[in-house]
Amino acid sequence: MTAHASHQPPGRYRFRHLAQMEWIKLRSLRSTWLTLAIAVAASAGIALATGSSSTTSGGMFVSNTLVGMLIGVLLIGTVGVLAMTSEYTSGTIRATFAAAPRRLRVLAAKAAVVGAVALITGEAAAFLSFFAGCMTLRHGITAPALSQPGVLRAIVLAGASLSPIALFGLGLGAIIRHTAAAITVVVGIVFVGESFIGQLDLAIRPYLPIYIVSHSLSATTPLCLPGAASCWLSAWSGLGMLAVYAAIAMVLGALILARRDA
Amino acid sequence: MIEVRGLTKRYGSAVAVDRLSFDVPPGAVTGFLGLNGSGKSTTMRMILGLDAPDAGHARIGGEAYRQLRWPLREAGALLESRAFHPGRSARAHLTAMAASNSISQSRVAEVLEIVGLESAAGKRAGKFSLGMAQRLGIAAALLGDPAVLLLDEPMNGLDPEGIRWIRGLLRSLAAEGRAVLVSSHLISEMALMADRLVVIGQGRLLADTTAAELSSRAPSLEEAFLQLAGDSAQYQARNMS
Repeated sequence: MTAHASHQPPGRYRFRHLAQMEWIKLRSLRSTWLTLAIAVAASAGIALATGSSSTTSGGMFVSNTLVGMLIGVLLIGTVGVLAMTSEYTSGTIRATFAAAPRRLRVLAAKAAVVGAVALITGEAAAFLSFFAGCMTLRHGITAPALSQPGVLRAIVLAGASLSPIALFGLGLGAIIRHTAAAITVVVGIVFVGESFIGQLDLAIRPYLPIYIVSHSLSATTPLCLPGAASCWLSAWSGLGMLAVYAAIAMVLGALILARRDA
Repeated sequence: MIEVRGLTKRYGSAVAVDRLSFDVPPGAVTGFLGLNGSGKSTTMRMILGLDAPDAGHARIGGEAYRQLRWPLREAGALLESRAFHPGRSARAHLTAMAASNSISQSRVAEVLEIVGLESAAGKRAGKFSLGMAQRLGIAAALLGDPAVLLLDEPMNGLDPEGIRWIRGLLRSLAAEGRAVLVSSHLISEMALMADRLVVIGQGRLLADTTAAELSSRAPSLEEAFLQLAGDSAQYQARNMS
């Protein structure tokens, strides 16, 4: 073994070192690739069916091709959760914090890697879904063009929704630390919450993640609630609202991560 | 060099570590001896900045752990036998850890060789036996070629050959001038391995001495240790009644 103590390179560990560590961690798990592949395949598969059963390519057609993105939302939420909770379950978190005791920097690196992977996956799923839906349209129905108003925005923003949802999961993972409990909360807030809150108060519905993805981000034109005075959030406000969800979870997660013993 | 000064940790009204002070000097194996639950692991976690002390502090090479520029290159630690994701290969786990401190891929190969895991490096670590898991943990501790090593019960799960291997490894690491802190409840093993002994009970320092001095207090090191630990347990019982 070499002599030690005199071999310290200049500088110190930086964000980029930690981002590299987190990327290696994420990519070295088979479950990551499996989950992302299912997310893309499922949303594109649903879009194939949507296209073949559509009688028009106007109106809600574009947002209908993107309806499978909700599966991606659910799955990417669990990828975010697991990026944190699997470290606590396995004990890796203590190896991680021993390697990099600045915990908030570790969390930021995780957020950057998970957020970027979610964004790429989301865009791949959204574009594939749109083209899959167009591909199976019946003979004689012209597929919408990306250049038509709102089409490209709907695809890009529906794809982008996976990033804040992944960070929402990551933040909740840091708060809760237990995989099953954290996934239950993510699914509860993103999906099941609407069947309770959504029925109670129509005014709250536009702010629930599931409706933001399906009615705000995926829509080519602003939509209003049926029979009600209020409308769904606009596409950009919807994305902003998802970012708020992610920010709240991440800030709470960061506070707890910094204070609690690992 | 590790310096521990007045380190204290409470969980509610229970005191896990009580105003503990000791040094781990370079060039020696320091045995950290205590019965189960005496506060050894909590102390090690506090030295590594994983648990926040209620009072006191620990320094590595004169600095708080959180201030270290390249933590893995200054201190290597084995805290639990399975501190890795079961779905990740040994090589991937070490490569990820190495990246955090800008340690080269060739060093990853080197530590895999040192611990004898080259052939199993590509396998999912969840399938490892306890002995292999322990070797992976030791490889992770050696990654940064650090001047300070902290190992919590490294002999757990190793067969006699493995125990002899780690004894030799730790002795040679100390001979190279490193500060090595090894916790164990195996007294006889400590007699063979450690130059110095830090004995604790109920989180308090009971002895900070050499193995030779402690064994001279009784017919055997084991008896000397049990006397110390037993006195401390009785003290605790008196206090509670």
